[in-house]
Amino acid sequence: MPEFWINMGPQHPMTHGLWNMKVKVDGETVTDAKPEIGYLHRGYEKIMEVREFQKNVVLTDRLCYVSSITWSHAYCLAVEKMMGIETPERGQWIRVVSLELQRVASHLMWLAAYGPDLGLLTGLLWALRERELFLDLIQLMSGARMNQNYPRVGGVRNDLPDNFEAMCRRSIEHFLEKVDNEYQRVFQESKVFRMRTEGVGRISAADAINWGVTGPNLRACGVDVDLRRLDPYETYEEIDFEPQVWHDGGAGDSYARFICRFNELRESCQIILQALEKMPKSGPYRVKAPRRAEGEGYAKTEDSRGEALFYVIGDGDDRPYRVKIRSPVFCTMAATPLMLRGNKLADSVAILGSVDVCVGEMDK
Amino acid sequence: MSTAVARAPQITGRPVPGAEKEVLSQLSAAFGSKLKTAKVVRERLVEIVIDRSDLVPVCTFLKNSLGFEHLSCVTAVDWKDHFESIYHIENYATGCMVQVNAQIPYDDPKIATLTGLWHAADFLEREMWDLMGVEYTGHPNLTRILLPEDFRFHPLRKDFAQEVDRQYITRRKLRGGK
Repeated sequence: MPEFWINMGPQHPMTHGLWNMKVKVDGETVTDAKPEIGYLHRGYEKIMEVREFQKNVVLTDRLCYVSSITWSHAYCLAVEKMMGIETPERGQWIRVVSLELQRVASHLMWLAAYGPDLGLLTGLLWALRERELFLDLIQLMSGARMNQNYPRVGGVRNDLPDNFEAMCRRSIEHFLEKVDNEYQRVFQESKVFRMRTEGVGRISAADAINWGVTGPNLRACGVDVDLRRLDPYETYEEIDFEPQVWHDGGAGDSYARFICRFNELRESCQIILQALEKMPKSGPYRVKAPRRAEGEGYAKTEDSRGEALFYVIGDGDDRPYRVKIRSPVFCTMAATPLMLRGNKLADSVAILGSVDVCVGEMDK
Repeated sequence: MSTAVARAPQITGRPVPGAEKEVLSQLSAAFGSKLKTAKVVRERLVEIVIDRSDLVPVCTFLKNSLGFEHLSCVTAVDWKDHFESIYHIENYATGCMVQVNAQIPYDDPKIATLTGLWHAADFLEREMWDLMGVEYTGHPNLTRILLPEDFRFHPLRKDFAQEVDRQYITRRKLRGGK
């Protein structure tokens, strides 16, 4: 039978959003692939040029509804660099707590989506159940479960509520117990899960760097790059944590990507607990930002999915002249054909699920 | 490719202090007057401004001699009298970032592609061609990526008007201010 193309998408249970992966198959084997994106393009970079600096935070929240705070935080950081202001110390610590809470929520959403990809519906129910714990904490902190509009240029919107630390500790303790017992068993120690993911979707470290793969997907290739430590922002410098890097053999496959994200759940919880302990108990959490600004500023942060980069130019008006959003998923998507080639068609779902695609930020 | 593998063990995941000054002096020694501006903006960030004809030599030097393996971002900016194509290139071993601003005349928006050095430039340059209309000559597949193929405009240019040019009018503006 000759080779032919199959459209996986735009409406396909695998896509988790709206995009199309064209795969060329020879029998059961994928010989080529071509991602087609842009179905969700909303023209953010253009829209942001007519809104004031602060009002753009509402937009950047919606870049990825699964991890809104990390995206608005990256934008605020870039604008702060341009304006030359710095968040007060307590504000920085609150930001670290909110970022890590959001990262856990985002990774749990990914886990919930990845389970059913492999036929593991228990994973969906459990991960979404525990995600509620973290959404509740975020709601306590910011007032909303999703699209929080929480970071501000120059700080955060409001201080932490009174009993937040105790609530955090209780939820995290409960969550870590679940991770160590239930999650570990149903995912990591499950023979079926490992057979589906081990050895598929492999990409070498050199290829991953050259194609611009970042974040957990790059760390799964054995490259120790975590921007929280390589280019520290906020108060990550003072926190003692270990980036989750895959050091064993067989790097760069779906299982390594799963393990890196899975271990990040635990690591992020430890960061939250440390941050709650180390933060000053009172003090200002926000400075007043100037209304208009001139110059350029860029900030790169470790988003849940990789390196998020904002590059903002101001021309002295009260709104940006140009905003550039660098989405990690957009660049990872360019490398997916490398991961798919040579694998079976049935494994393509296990591969594409493991890279954690978020279409909102990919298409901007 | 093989150079990246050889260098991989050196990636420690921690920043190297003072790397930005080293990069700046190496760049100045190699290119001298071709750099219109070269400065350290802040810790771990170097910014250089060059003409578009020097882009490929500078980037080849950055990648092969200084170990800048990761092309993070390609941005095109419409300055109304000229375009600028801005590259953020990162060194994973030191955590240092170089921002290369290449200037392009307005009436001839073309610049050489970097796909020969970094495959990451493929999607990033396509996106900038799509939205800003800067042509990356030599690109293997310079087609629209986010917008439909039959779209006739490059919407991020300043002469492409938004439906509502000013969404919100501030009180200061109503009083006649800027």
